[in-house]
Amino acid sequence: MSAILPPAERLWWNTPVGRQEIVWVGIALLWCLILFAMMPYWHVYGKQNLSNEAYKIYPAAYETKVKAMVDQYKVREEGPQLIPVVHPPAGSDVYILARLWQWWPILELEKNQTYRLHLSSLDWQHGFSLQPLNINLQVIPGYEMVVTMTPDTSGEYTIVCNEYCGIMHHTMLGKIFVKE
Amino acid sequence: MAQFRVCPQSGLYFHKSAESLMKANAVAAVVFLLLAGVLALLVTLTRWPTVHLLPADAFYMVLTAHGINALLFWIIFFEMAVLYFASSTLLRSRLATPRWAWLGFWLMIIGAITTNVAIFQGASSVMMTSYVPMPAEPHFYLGLILFAVGALIGCFVFLGTLAVAKGENTYDGSIPLVTFGALTACIIAIFTIASGAIILIPTFLWSVGLISYIDPVMYRIVWWAMGHSSQQINVATHVAIWYAIAAIVFGAKPMSEKVSRGAYLLYILFLQLASAHHILVDPGVSSTWKIFNTSYAMYLAVLASMIHGLTVPGAIEAAQRKKGYTNGIFEWLRKAPWSNPVFSGMFMSLIMFGFLGGITGVVMGTEQINIIIHNTLYVPGHFHATVVAGTTLAFMAITYFLVPVLFRRELILPGLAKWQPYIFSIGIILFTLFMMGAGTMGVSRRHWDMSFADASTILGMTFEYPGTAKLMMGIVGISGVLSIIGGAMYVLIVVGSLLFGKKLEASAGFWQNFGVPLADSCYSPTRPERLGRPPVIEEHGSAGFEAPGTFVLAIVFLVTFVVYYFINWKYLASVWPMS
Repeated sequence: MSAILPPAERLWWNTPVGRQEIVWVGIALLWCLILFAMMPYWHVYGKQNLSNEAYKIYPAAYETKVKAMVDQYKVREEGPQLIPVVHPPAGSDVYILARLWQWWPILELEKNQTYRLHLSSLDWQHGFSLQPLNINLQVIPGYEMVVTMTPDTSGEYTIVCNEYCGIMHHTMLGKIFVKE
Repeated sequence: MAQFRVCPQSGLYFHKSAESLMKANAVAAVVFLLLAGVLALLVTLTRWPTVHLLPADAFYMVLTAHGINALLFWIIFFEMAVLYFASSTLLRSRLATPRWAWLGFWLMIIGAITTNVAIFQGASSVMMTSYVPMPAEPHFYLGLILFAVGALIGCFVFLGTLAVAKGENTYDGSIPLVTFGALTACIIAIFTIASGAIILIPTFLWSVGLISYIDPVMYRIVWWAMGHSSQQINVATHVAIWYAIAAIVFGAKPMSEKVSRGAYLLYILFLQLASAHHILVDPGVSSTWKIFNTSYAMYLAVLASMIHGLTVPGAIEAAQRKKGYTNGIFEWLRKAPWSNPVFSGMFMSLIMFGFLGGITGVVMGTEQINIIIHNTLYVPGHFHATVVAGTTLAFMAITYFLVPVLFRRELILPGLAKWQPYIFSIGIILFTLFMMGAGTMGVSRRHWDMSFADASTILGMTFEYPGTAKLMMGIVGISGVLSIIGGAMYVLIVVGSLLFGKKLEASAGFWQNFGVPLADSCYSPTRPERLGRPPVIEEHGSAGFEAPGTFVLAIVFLVTFVVYYFINWKYLASVWPMS
């Protein structure tokens, strides 16, 4: 009479189930349906969803697009690597590229304006982790992801790379400034 | 020919070849656990900010090795032993094709060594996931492929043994629930290994230059069909061990064979594409695909775990109540043998797997909530709660039973063994909780330096996580060391018992631990008596709550789950709007 012996009843699938288990299975199933329903619900009523917009792209082609934006809207350069700071017009398409070991360029955005943020990698996989908000997206070479974002708080935000990308992974930071 | 030995303590039958294979696999498992534990110590001491032990290159190498040795080698070697136990021993059957089983074992050993050599040569620090296009050395992938082929052979030996047992009529009725659980694990393992072959073989060919390009999104989807499904092998196996220990310690009968087996069936049917959980914030995969494959519309695999979470302690409660522990709601639990590590380890494994591992897994596997969790330390926090607190502790608990029964040695240091599950559990509870806490504050996983000191010199950029996060990482370091002490106690007790424990059989010498059979006189040439069905007890299945205490625990679990789930939605709602 135990789990390491064959079932006592030869036709064990015909024996009735106790009320306790039936009640629990019912409650658990209901909860599981709620767990499922929350995801489509949030797509309709929630404000934080991922778009399904993504394109296959050659890394070199993506680099060209990012450079075009930088050439047009660069306002200054920062740090020893002279990373450009870009201030694109509100509501426009903005680009960041990830490469070993840099997020390029630095974006300067305006609060409460909506931007189409493009993300891709030129080499290995990287992780876009926007701190201290804690928004995390996977950045994959060959794929250009487009997320529509509305920064509704101002200040200095840091992009940490949170997908392991080699020996200098821990130095890979980027910045997004949001102005009032 | 002498074939079977009956264990005088447990009444279990051991087929000579199966016994040798169980021992060899279990010993290999513990050796890899020891290696994984040493590596865990190095990882923990590096992520503890004030200690920060290793340099970056060594850290990433050690972290790669830790993941692979702990998650693959320790666990899968032990699972091979469990498969042979659940088929040959529980069904009183000879093992099918022992020579093939040995071939599988040696392939696994060679594969494990090959991959470890590749990692410690230093040019394959690609983490366990080895995401393309970051390259590892070809023999890194080759070792994993050999290991997987060996494990696949073990799966087929298990299935063959079930066929032999059926054909030779060694048992009456259906296979026991524990064997059914092992069968579930085996079926998931075959799917897992097939997925691994589909992705690792092309990746190996890519690493030697025969294939020019592996699509990284395809890699992630197929790799995780192996990577996540292999965790479901662990779940199916450790749930089977929970049932086995409930039966061994309490003589507990499953509340309902139908419900428990139905829950296992749900694992087989609804766990398979759990790879979706890992690509919820990836480009190129649609929300519809993500939502459907993370939940199959109704989370039936979660339902299955919630069922086992009720029926395992419920069976224990019913057995205890029959023995007369009927006062109040919880006397059955208070009067349980808490100083027996077989029980305490199993029960802590169940509680921690549910409350820490289960709840957090569902939360982070929710499409949108994953945005605030993906690749943070929350992820390893979660899976240490499932794989270390759940699987590893369950395996430790059953080991205390197997040392005398299988290895015929008495446990040394029984006082230490009594404390081991508690020290390990306290360590791992704090470790996982604070790791998830740090992840909630954004701290990245697989990261050498949370202070970003080098970034300020190279890029001229500075960043610091909140002070609380740094404090939490200190607690992660301390509690990590505590759980490693708990793990070291286990290794000490087990290895010490095998080497110096009192022999329960005169011929149980040193080499017998590695699979050399005992003296011929231990084995009987006759086949064991056919395994019969226990007598039918009528009161089962009757109306009424046979385990009210367990039901209260289940409701506490559900309330925790609901509250924590919605807290995370609230947190998500506070970040920038995006669509």
